[in-house]
Amino acid sequence: MAKTRGWRWSLPALLLAGPACASGSNLNMTPGVTDISLQVYNLHMTIFWICCAIGLVVFGAMFVSILLHRKSRGVEPATFHESTKVEIIWTAIPVLILIVMAIPATRVLIAMEDTSDSDVTVLITGSQWRWHYEYLDYDINYFSILATPRGQIEGRLPKGENYLLEVDRPLVIPTDKKVRFLMTSDDVIHSWWVPDFAIKKDTNPGFINEAWTQVNEPGIYRGQCTELCGMDHGFMPIVVIAKEPADFEIWAKAEEARIAEIREEEQRLLALQMNLDEQMELGERVYMAHCAACHQPNGEGLPPMFPALKGNQVTMEDRAEHIKVMVDGRPGTSMASFARQLSLRELTSVITYGRNAWGNDTGDVVQAAEVYEYMQGKGSN
Amino acid sequence: MNAKQSTLIGKLSLLVVAMFAFGYALVPLYDVFCDITGINGKTAAEPVSAEEAIVDTSREITIEFIARPNQQMPWIFKPEVRRMTVHPGEIHVMNYLAENPTIRSIVGQAVPSVSPGRAALFFHKIECFCFTQQYLAGGKDMLMPLQFYVDPALPAQYSTITLSYTLYDVTAQWQPDEHDNASEFGE
Amino acid sequence: MSTVTTADHHDEHHDHKPTGIKRWLFTTNHKDIGSMYLIFALVMFFIGGAMAMVIRLELFQPGLQFVDPQFFNQMTTVHGLIMVFGAVMPAFTGLANWMIPMMIGAPDMALPRMNNWSFWILPFAFLILLITLFMPGGGPDFGWTFYAPLSTTYSNDTTALFVFSVHIMGISSIMGAINVIVTIVNMRAPGMTWMKMPLFVWTWLITAFLLIMVMPVLAGVVTMVLTDKYFATSFFDAAGGGDPVLFQHIFWFFGHPEVYIMILPAFGIVSAIVPTFARKKLFGYASMVYATASIAILSFLVWAHHMFTTGMPVFATLFFMYTTMLIAVPTGVKVFNWVATMWRGAMTFEVPMMFALAFIVLFTIGGLSGVMLAITPADFQYHDTYFVVAHFHYVLVSGAVFSIVAAAYYWLPKWTGHMYDEKLGQLHFWCSLISVNLLFFPMHFVGLAGMPRRIPDYALQFADFNAFISVGGFLFGLSQLIFVWVIIKCARGGEKATAQVWEGAEGLEWEVPSPAPYHTFGTPPQIK
Repeated sequence: MAKTRGWRWSLPALLLAGPACASGSNLNMTPGVTDISLQVYNLHMTIFWICCAIGLVVFGAMFVSILLHRKSRGVEPATFHESTKVEIIWTAIPVLILIVMAIPATRVLIAMEDTSDSDVTVLITGSQWRWHYEYLDYDINYFSILATPRGQIEGRLPKGENYLLEVDRPLVIPTDKKVRFLMTSDDVIHSWWVPDFAIKKDTNPGFINEAWTQVNEPGIYRGQCTELCGMDHGFMPIVVIAKEPADFEIWAKAEEARIAEIREEEQRLLALQMNLDEQMELGERVYMAHCAACHQPNGEGLPPMFPALKGNQVTMEDRAEHIKVMVDGRPGTSMASFARQLSLRELTSVITYGRNAWGNDTGDVVQAAEVYEYMQGKGSN
Repeated sequence: MNAKQSTLIGKLSLLVVAMFAFGYALVPLYDVFCDITGINGKTAAEPVSAEEAIVDTSREITIEFIARPNQQMPWIFKPEVRRMTVHPGEIHVMNYLAENPTIRSIVGQAVPSVSPGRAALFFHKIECFCFTQQYLAGGKDMLMPLQFYVDPALPAQYSTITLSYTLYDVTAQWQPDEHDNASEFGE
Repeated sequence: MSTVTTADHHDEHHDHKPTGIKRWLFTTNHKDIGSMYLIFALVMFFIGGAMAMVIRLELFQPGLQFVDPQFFNQMTTVHGLIMVFGAVMPAFTGLANWMIPMMIGAPDMALPRMNNWSFWILPFAFLILLITLFMPGGGPDFGWTFYAPLSTTYSNDTTALFVFSVHIMGISSIMGAINVIVTIVNMRAPGMTWMKMPLFVWTWLITAFLLIMVMPVLAGVVTMVLTDKYFATSFFDAAGGGDPVLFQHIFWFFGHPEVYIMILPAFGIVSAIVPTFARKKLFGYASMVYATASIAILSFLVWAHHMFTTGMPVFATLFFMYTTMLIAVPTGVKVFNWVATMWRGAMTFEVPMMFALAFIVLFTIGGLSGVMLAITPADFQYHDTYFVVAHFHYVLVSGAVFSIVAAAYYWLPKWTGHMYDEKLGQLHFWCSLISVNLLFFPMHFVGLAGMPRRIPDYALQFADFNAFISVGGFLFGLSQLIFVWVIIKCARGGEKATAQVWEGAEGLEWEVPSPAPYHTFGTPPQIK
């Protein structure tokens, strides 16, 4: 299904068969899985056919003229060059057609904007280049980032079926319930698009937008960021899993428990000493997922926007600054705070990784307690 | 170059200058337009006086409070409760907890946004921490109050209003002056 | 429409001009400046085109093969800026310089020294823009629309140079526009009344007003970006009380009329070519003028249709949806008028006519997809996908660029005094026509299937189409080399062109000999 047959068709076939292939799922807008997306699809098809009809009439007249009214057939040119009556007719007819188009368009639009009486609310926050989902009715929030390995992107590994459309933690929503999305951003403008729901809404930093959906079918639905948001704009997909309401509740309970467990583990972790190998292994995974896009897998970065970490004064020497930058970010640059994005364990490991990878070899083994102490701060240091 | 030509060039140049100015004029014009129409959910930047509005007990409006520190703002920032049900016209106070877990002093500015945008016109703030910059010394915490009421004229189709605050670190632009009541919350 | 009663050929006798580099540096001659604009536009077309080739090369296969995402973004951004401000707009200005004085019977542009300036600052603007690509951090990578805060807080250090370069482009365009208006208003030959002016002059007059109205707004918005980035203002920064969506409102207040700046002169060109080769007067001249004016006025009322997904309230969305749909009406009138001009004419199909006919068909396809994009609920699905890329390339490449190519073929004999090679020209046409459709038509499908624009890598279901599109792109790029060959060949020699050149051609520019003498209409012709 991933492969379309389309490109082998010659152009004339494409032009003529445009309407015919418009129903193929790989060549046309998806009808989606919600009532609204179906309405949007129907609207799209209606307008499409009207446009085809207009094209047929205009191009038809033009081609008839090209065939018949050519000098090589020995015709004498006519001399008419104006007619108020005709001008009025071909002003009025498009106006009527447009009114016919505007009525259903207005109706669908108003239905789309009605966010009242929702059952579940999710706050979606975009940032370079990941999505954050927070369930306002549950104690659940997490980041969702691209799960496709860099090896696939760089062609070292064969590409998987859902190449670039897979994430580590998908958004999970219940079916048959009205789910409301509140959208905002932490840095630049992103746009959250899931074609199957016919939702595309910009996430504006500092401002909040709303959209809603009610999914009819359980399933996995994929989308992408659609507003240019910097370097890795093409690498921040969206995956939504729609579950039956009962399954959703089970998932939510499990997720709440999982998040609570992570918090507990963090407390345990403070007393624990993690060894270098263990940290390097986890640290590399975290680095590749969160850091490598800018600082590059080899740690050489893309200066001057994204500095090299290899041989960097901070990663080589200034251990306190390293922790500080990871926890607080660097205001005014693309370097975000990772305090809320990574677990304490991940944060600690990736700092250790940065201090020992690519020949940095400081031998430093940072421990969770040290990072935690900085995060708590509280004037103690 | 004749006189007629110079006049025309003069007029056209004036138009160029006027349009450049118009580009800038769009900034305040946009704010005015937002105030009138509620585009973008901008709430008024100035407090309203607490009028004796008639309380409409027949209606219940759910107010949702969202509070987010921006990713480069290390404060912990949250509302006391996530949701509140109010009658239009009633005056309520909502407290937000702010905590500065770092060792340095940080100045925050909360930026409000209301959804649906039009509802912003009917959400009145009598007092709000978002009107001024807030100063918080390292390791301290404070309660930041918001006093508000919902206009009884809120159109019937709205039953939920979402009020979001994004908190930014504006320490770099901090200009303490006497109007700032920030520190009295902090200490 | 008009005839010259006092033929004015004594110009040829004192047709001396300065020679060498000084001729071009200091020239105030509208024909020289027009030629420079046109050559500059052609060079820029190839530079911008080379960037498009880089884009298509990277998108030929899924995965990252040739360039990194940051450089890819610089390519899409600079490709857009160069094609809009460096290729299409200067080409139209070049045509205006060459043709408007000759069409209205004026000896030159009204402000010849300013004309020289407005051209000569342009290469510097683009030099600055191109140099940023080789500077540390690279060139602008936030898209030609440079949405804040991506272009402010999150942009690289060369942003100041980008802003400076856009300022220079803006100044050049504004000076050019003032010159066109003053020329048309003040320098028409006696008897050349408003409603006798060729449509190319009319459309350019209206375009020039659009330029004067919106280029200053662009200058304003880039200045705001500059101060937001370097001088701590916060027009677009929420933290300081600004609003990033405001950027889009101001940008598109410029940006939408800009779209018509790039298409109205094209309407003028097609309205000149179709009657010539149909040997029949243009149908509905007056309605063409009114339609152009109404498109220009409406263009100020539709800007937010680029912003349907930003979260505008319903009433604003509806307003912009209706006004946008309304633009289809005057545009439709123009297409119908062209078809009616062809109807019962006696057509021949030389290269200019072929490009003009292709323009009508392909521009209309772009117009129809524009109507689809106006329908807001459907636009939520189309917005920022390849469907939009297909739409605006249909109106800009097979629209604006095709009209410029048509104009070049149409007037080349007048400029050079030689007929171009018809066979090569036809080859250029057919190669361009086929490849442009291979290139842009499948983009509709990938867009509808869900491929966002401005991404350097894509999911596997788009792979076959993208390979196909890239092949179309390479073919289109190669086809344009034929065009260069035709121009060079024509400039060097060829069959001598007559004054009228085309059997059905009417208008003042066809009454002077070919090649047009260095100075024309030293004494104004009398138009009946």
